[in-house]
Amino acid sequence: MRRSIVGGFVVASALGACMGTHDAGLSASKVERAAGGVANEPRATIAAGTVTSPSGEWHMQGNNSALTRYSDLTEINTSTAKNLKLAWMFSTGALRGHEGAPLVVNNTMYLVGPYPNIAYAIDLTKPATVKWMYRSNTDPWSVGVACCDVVIRGWTYDSGKLFYNLLDDRTVALDANTGKLVWETKLADVNEGITMTMAPFVAKGKVYVGNSGGEMGARGWLTALDENSGKIVWRAYSTGADSDVKIGPRFHPFYPKDRGKDLGLTSWPPDGWKHGAGTVWGWISYDPALNLIYYGTSNPGPWNQDQRPGDNKWTSTIFARDAESGDAVWAYQVTPHDLWDYDGVNENILVDLPIQGRTRKALVHFDRNAFAYTMDRETGEVLVAQPFANLNWSTGVDLKTGVPAVVPSKRTHQGATVQNICPPDIGGKDQQPAAFSPRTGLFYVPTNNECMDYTGVEVSYIAGTPYWGAAMQRHAGPGGNRGAFIAWDATTGKAVWSVPDKFIVYSGALATAGDVVFYGTVDGWFKALDARTGQELWKFHCGSGVIGAPMSYKGPDGKQYVAILTGVGGAAGVDSHVDGYPAEGGMLYVFSL
Amino acid sequence: MSSPCELGGRVTMALMLPAMVLAVSATPRLRTTRSPQHVLRVCADPNNLPFSNRAGSGYENRIASLIAHDLGDSVEYAWWPQRRAWVRNTITANKCDVAISVPAGFGQLLTTRPYYRSTYVFVSRADRHYELTSLDDPRLRTLRIGLHFIGTDYDNPPPAHALGDRGIVRNVVSFSIYGNYSDPNPPAELIEAVAKGTVDVAVVWGPLAGYFAKRSHVPLAITPVVPSTDARTGTVFAFPIAVGVRKDRAGLRDSVQRVLDRDDGAIQRIVQEFGIPVVGRY
Repeated sequence: MRRSIVGGFVVASALGACMGTHDAGLSASKVERAAGGVANEPRATIAAGTVTSPSGEWHMQGNNSALTRYSDLTEINTSTAKNLKLAWMFSTGALRGHEGAPLVVNNTMYLVGPYPNIAYAIDLTKPATVKWMYRSNTDPWSVGVACCDVVIRGWTYDSGKLFYNLLDDRTVALDANTGKLVWETKLADVNEGITMTMAPFVAKGKVYVGNSGGEMGARGWLTALDENSGKIVWRAYSTGADSDVKIGPRFHPFYPKDRGKDLGLTSWPPDGWKHGAGTVWGWISYDPALNLIYYGTSNPGPWNQDQRPGDNKWTSTIFARDAESGDAVWAYQVTPHDLWDYDGVNENILVDLPIQGRTRKALVHFDRNAFAYTMDRETGEVLVAQPFANLNWSTGVDLKTGVPAVVPSKRTHQGATVQNICPPDIGGKDQQPAAFSPRTGLFYVPTNNECMDYTGVEVSYIAGTPYWGAAMQRHAGPGGNRGAFIAWDATTGKAVWSVPDKFIVYSGALATAGDVVFYGTVDGWFKALDARTGQELWKFHCGSGVIGAPMSYKGPDGKQYVAILTGVGGAAGVDSHVDGYPAEGGMLYVFSL
Repeated sequence: MSSPCELGGRVTMALMLPAMVLAVSATPRLRTTRSPQHVLRVCADPNNLPFSNRAGSGYENRIASLIAHDLGDSVEYAWWPQRRAWVRNTITANKCDVAISVPAGFGQLLTTRPYYRSTYVFVSRADRHYELTSLDDPRLRTLRIGLHFIGTDYDNPPPAHALGDRGIVRNVVSFSIYGNYSDPNPPAELIEAVAKGTVDVAVVWGPLAGYFAKRSHVPLAITPVVPSTDARTGTVFAFPIAVGVRKDRAGLRDSVQRVLDRDDGAIQRIVQEFGIPVVGRY
């Protein structure tokens, strides 16, 4: 049921003009150029050789190995989207934050929710009929031991099996037909503060999984499991000696700053790397032609910067690794010696991109630090680094050295108060995944527009022990809107259009061949926009907020459907004090014409 | 704002007063708040001595029983490991009513006046005869120093901030305040490291140090970090500790305060029995 607007909905045109000195945002009505409007103008395309779900299905979170979240269906297009109607709904029965996208394989929809991680297979040939249900016996005690985060970012399908991670550090493989457990592998001990929340990714017969738990001082890793047996094939740590990080003769970082022996040890105080974080809780992409996987690592821990002099490698870093052996091929530390909680875990979208007169095999990464990086994915060279959201911690990235220039007055320091750091700890964008359309050559990016005042003087206590914590007061950035959904040109490093929102935009994005892009808002609006202009074509108000990722599939009836998993929570909770923040409740909504 | 629970408590108290007096067989006293179920719900970590554990061996367990007894209530526990969001998951979620030891004036709760004040202390093997008192002691540039750490947030225990500011970093060994939760009393690992000689000295919160030093097979020496406020960084090492309740439970807070006042002698004996180093006035 459609219901009236809750809270103060912000009208796009009122707020779009100003996003600070970096001019990353433009109002929806202002279009700098007709993107893709000139037939012969070269534009970015999905990376050659990308492995994609069959047309009309959705087998993995990004729909393909390049993570473009692009559907080739066209029934829902800029002319017809206004006629979208609710087709069916399904309750997950869970509260807390619902991230990730459902999958569709062979007329079956596969859905998994946050803790307690109940999974459903829904037969699409009959009206919303549950084919099977799988109750993981996730240890409820792990919710307390693991502290705060009980989301998972969905699952992935390959060769008749579904793979996902449980909060208590097990990766499970289910038979897609029966819902029966095929294997499960214990990867870590939740008693040590490690959890798993990311969506596994499958390539070359391997299931790649990473850990969470930087808040508890975990040491980050990426682990490859054998797809058929669940056996651990290799593990690559984010900190420590080169042998632990799987750095060897093949490792050739583009920039001198990332070269040297055992930097995962020497860029830390003697023991710092042991609890150095660099956890791997974001997304993994894959280039079959280069046989490389790409992912990012979290910010460093555990000490404040005084306690960890050095670059703290390999935290806040993008890695390219051989998909087979796990050997690092290049790495680029995005934010050396992070002072602001700028994890580097956001997705790396793989495209082939015309730039400076030639086509480059590129990777596009919208970092928490609010720079969008267009990089050469063979070499790790940064081709473009421009702000996609408001930032003031840096004056820019030197493309010759790869080093961001830090504004001294925005350095955090215990005991000091630093006003108005942009972006705040949750970044110009967090893990909420962007989409890419080869038809427009543009990226569609959910973004945050907040800043923080850092004060390092608050008394807190944990495990019975009082200590000094830092208080971070977040507030809306320039313009007063806490978020925006933008279209981005990765060749020029400029936003083409921007639709502001009252809240951070924390849902994923979907782009379609009908030139429609979809996303949701924290206050519950699910929207369809014209991919070229940002004009709103349609919207629907859901029962709770949207932090899941939309997907599209073709039903057994031949019609195109768009599905979105809703239920507010996760990091969107940073806005829970804002008027209009909705109640929890997990629900899948499916729309069609 | 008065919560329905408080109102219910008052009504119940009026009806139940004679029975209650019999039940506790103590001197009748005027009580303003009592839960309708005659239960004091205590938020506690089930595996964190000397504070609390499921077996009831912690000083918080003892003080909780004392408060409940005085109020004529029985004790029920909401067990939850003390992690980030502990307050949100326990007291704020209304799973329990009181947290027995939190810093006085702790922003997320309403607190009583403090019932003890302790400090971060140096812990070392007695046979080393360090007698450290100041973070400016030049020996701290070479000794292997063990500290607790919190996580990737900006949070840190005071000695980490103060030593970091002095550039004392490379000889510091970090121990997770959370440790491995499948071990008993995970934060105790740091004290064990001192006894084993893995580190030369630890700078650690007094109640942890006092309790485990008493039980150590190797004699350990404990000396407070002085001054209690670091002249160089302004970092505070001494914290007054109080009982905390939800912010809308002023009535309960006042009732607990009266118990703390009445039974101060017994409470101080518990604090002493657990070896908590107490400093200064509170």
